[in-house]
Amino acid sequence: MSAILNDSILNDETKKVLTAPLVNDNPITLQVLGICSALAVTSQMSTSLIMALALTLVTAFSSAAISAIRNHIPSSIRIIVQMTIIASLVIVVDQLLKAFAYDVSKQLSVFVGLIITNCIVMGRAEGYAMKNPPLESFMDGIGNGLGYSLILVIVAFFRETLGSGKLLGIEVFKLTKDGGWYDPNGLMLLPPSAFFIIGLIIWGVRQWKPAQAEKSEYKIMSIAHGEGGHH
Amino acid sequence: MEAYISLFVKAVFIENLALSFFLGMCTFIAVSKKISTAMGLGVAVMVVQAITVPANNVVYHALLKEDALSWLGITGVDLSFLALLSCIGMIAALVQILEMILDKFFPALYFALGVFLPLITVNCAILGGSLFMIERDYNFGESVTYGVGSGLGWALAITVMAGVREKLKYSDIPAGLQGLGITFITAGLMSLGFMAFSGIQL
Repeated sequence: MSAILNDSILNDETKKVLTAPLVNDNPITLQVLGICSALAVTSQMSTSLIMALALTLVTAFSSAAISAIRNHIPSSIRIIVQMTIIASLVIVVDQLLKAFAYDVSKQLSVFVGLIITNCIVMGRAEGYAMKNPPLESFMDGIGNGLGYSLILVIVAFFRETLGSGKLLGIEVFKLTKDGGWYDPNGLMLLPPSAFFIIGLIIWGVRQWKPAQAEKSEYKIMSIAHGEGGHH
Repeated sequence: MEAYISLFVKAVFIENLALSFFLGMCTFIAVSKKISTAMGLGVAVMVVQAITVPANNVVYHALLKEDALSWLGITGVDLSFLALLSCIGMIAALVQILEMILDKFFPALYFALGVFLPLITVNCAILGGSLFMIERDYNFGESVTYGVGSGLGWALAITVMAGVREKLKYSDIPAGLQGLGITFITAGLMSLGFMAFSGIQL
């Protein structure tokens, strides 16, 4: 293991690029990117895993490809060039899913296509790949994809276990309708629960890393000490 | 006619793009701090949506669908896998053209929407609308109705959200939940509210 870590490919810079997006600079909870699909596909673990994998691959390869030709793209048409590269990769992913995982591809419906406009992919292409060499950009894509995957898996874990008593389709809690003890929480299968869970995750992360917290625009005056009122 | 009205109501409320499919969430969260800007973006999305969904519908049915090229004498060709690329290209091009037209003929509107127009290309609500149109196999009339309806629904949702957030900033929120966290939970509650429409059969 240490031999791999000491290998020249995984030097400190690369390691930082790879691990920073997991918690410290997470694309969903801090950069607020790519939320649409994070919310929509997480009612089941299996769809979330496929989606996470697809997005990580697209981000990594599009970043590498864009970075490889970054010095040849005129800046006025760079968005369209980036879009074309990303869209082509997404088409490949979409066709692969249709060929080898048709059921999942049906469940994900339009959300595979929406990877094109997923802000993580565009954001990394624009923010990192345009300025850095291909290998680092590839790692940055993988890192951000993993940060996104982490949130997706956490949300899907809560939604599937609490909502249908299963995980990856395998029974975890025995449901009351099958003679067990667990009464499934139907709200967890509905869209709003994803908002609540992500909101709570953000709260948790910011409690843990206070530097990420946003400042309140208005200070609440303290009445208890009798001082606030005079100012 | 009745079918169109029910499709319209469904697109605005029951299948609201922002609150039941979570499309365009990044901008929905980022630009909903003030009612006036939220409304500006909402109108821009509605206009673009109303133009791009029918336009993509025409392209898809005339060029990409299986055997669609038969009017050229070419049969057995199925280009539907190119739909993603053609949709996003169409959207990028139309947004660019719309920007130029507004700049030339309606400068007031251009300045009101100016900042938001280029952003709309990467708004998933727009691409999502076109992809839903293809998946559900709408005809041209339905696609016009769906485009206007889903755009209006998105505009409505972001305006309401901005209204809530303008009041929210005066409230006493735990430090970690401040800003993004509470915004998510508010959006969740709004989404719960919109679910009340879900049982309605039209």
